[in-house]
Amino acid sequence: MTVRIKEWPGTALSSKDFETGRVLTVHHKPKAEYRWDAGVAIGRYLRELKEGRLIARRCNACGRILLPPRMFCEECFVPTSEWVFVKDTGTVNTFSICHVRWDMVRLKDPQLPAVINVDGASPGMGILHLLGEVRPEDVRVGMRVQAVWKSPEEREGAITDIKYWKPI
Amino acid sequence: MGKVAVVGAGMTKFVRRAQETGRELAWQAARMALDSAGMTLKDVDAVVIGSAPDAFDGVHMKGEYLADGSGGWRKPTMRNFVGGATGVFAPIQGWYHIASGQFDTVLVVCEEKMSSCHPHPQGAFLTIFDHTTERPLGPNLLWIFAIEMNRYMTVHGITKEEIALVAVKNKRNAMDHPCAQLGEELTVEDVLNSEIMAWPVNRLDVSPASDGAAAVVMCAEHVAKRVTDKPVWVEGVGWHLDTAYWTNRDLYYPRYVEYAARMAYDMAGIKEPRKEINIVEPYDPFDYKELHHLEGLLLCERGEAPRLTADGVTQRDGDLPVCPSGGLLGVGNPIAAAGLMKVCEIFWQLRGEAGKRQVPGTPKRGLAQAWGDLMQVGAVIILGR
Ligand SMILES: [Zn+2]
Repeated sequence: MTVRIKEWPGTALSSKDFETGRVLTVHHKPKAEYRWDAGVAIGRYLRELKEGRLIARRCNACGRILLPPRMFCEECFVPTSEWVFVKDTGTVNTFSICHVRWDMVRLKDPQLPAVINVDGASPGMGILHLLGEVRPEDVRVGMRVQAVWKSPEEREGAITDIKYWKPI
Repeated sequence: MGKVAVVGAGMTKFVRRAQETGRELAWQAARMALDSAGMTLKDVDAVVIGSAPDAFDGVHMKGEYLADGSGGWRKPTMRNFVGGATGVFAPIQGWYHIASGQFDTVLVVCEEKMSSCHPHPQGAFLTIFDHTTERPLGPNLLWIFAIEMNRYMTVHGITKEEIALVAVKNKRNAMDHPCAQLGEELTVEDVLNSEIMAWPVNRLDVSPASDGAAAVVMCAEHVAKRVTDKPVWVEGVGWHLDTAYWTNRDLYYPRYVEYAARMAYDMAGIKEPRKEINIVEPYDPFDYKELHHLEGLLLCERGEAPRLTADGVTQRDGDLPVCPSGGLLGVGNPIAAAGLMKVCEIFWQLRGEAGKRQVPGTPKRGLAQAWGDLMQVGAVIILGR
């Protein structure tokens, strides 16, 4: 059947169609604001970030030390068992060198998002964060890094209390 | 369970920005699918709609909004959304509507109009990241793909050149697709020299945002035998979800694809997928994803997909044609419609109706796969004649 169809529907518009006013559109700017509760596990995680520490939860059923922490183990489906402090050092599991913002505007200095496997958490328990004090071309998978914290007065109980992770 | 067939398919052109509304696009694809099956809306018992986030269109409850264009008013109609996997999950939903014995004929319609969202449809994706532990870092969607691609390259020692071959192949295949947005003849150098967005991702490693719709008609065996002498049967379906703690998984391998594939292979009685699947349409919003997914589909060993590509095995005239349609990289990526476009392609290929895109050797069995959200949803459908 498809080979017999000569005219496929769908009309492509070009920029010119808009410039010359050939197309009518309606604009709407939604105003939506949210106030998210951090929750039980992440609430404590944020409080400890304010203190300059990283905290995880251990599940005694599977033995995993979970980061970010959660109050239930999604694999064992039981409550997790106890709070465990982990280190603020780790290893770069993977990373990117990002030159654009979400709306595709080019950045002057690239961002270095990375998955960092944190020392003290179970193997493979990475978190998303940023790298700093390193030239983009020098970043490597397997690179050892340490958190660079904001000063105690600047810290507010947020993931951004760690400014970035730098090579050690 | 009753046997279920696909008996008709239709789609619109995939374009950067369509004049038509989402409802108009959905209607065009739905009507073409019904016409191609020689059926009318009166023959349809139930409707399945697939569409990605409401935020793209800026329309609340998009399923309800699209329902008239999809033939769904005054019928049992439901919309599904499982991220990028939606377009392959929608016909799976159509399948269980019919296999359960509840309905004889189901119309499945997928639509996406990404151009409405300004300044860039990526804005609609930002809420995919955890609001407390990730969003304050200012992530954008490219991060996760770049991060995953890097992990895949690093673990296997794969180069960007090897991956770029996928973009070259798919964009060339798309030149033969009448609905394609980005079919073109490119070289590996063109891909490598395109603008760097988030290393290792360059602009030509990525599929474009698009507007478009696709549809299929599915029915029970007794109806299929009445309406066509070329039914294409659903032989296997599978779907799977992995954790949203995406930084707690090793991203080099898509487990959610493997589990979805195993479910579908079991149902189809397939023991050796590499020998028993003749055509594949894996989800390819990025070029590395085609390779990643071929491995997850157990169609080659882990890390081996780049070699298959370099050896020409995945070309349209190769031993295992992959994305003969041109894929998302070439035809375009209106999310849910792109996934269903892959199912349409397998349907047309198995019926020998794919025109210039027809793969040689009268293929008997094809597989379409899509993936979504934080690299966590897998959907697989296997069709055979
Ligand atoms: Zn556990």
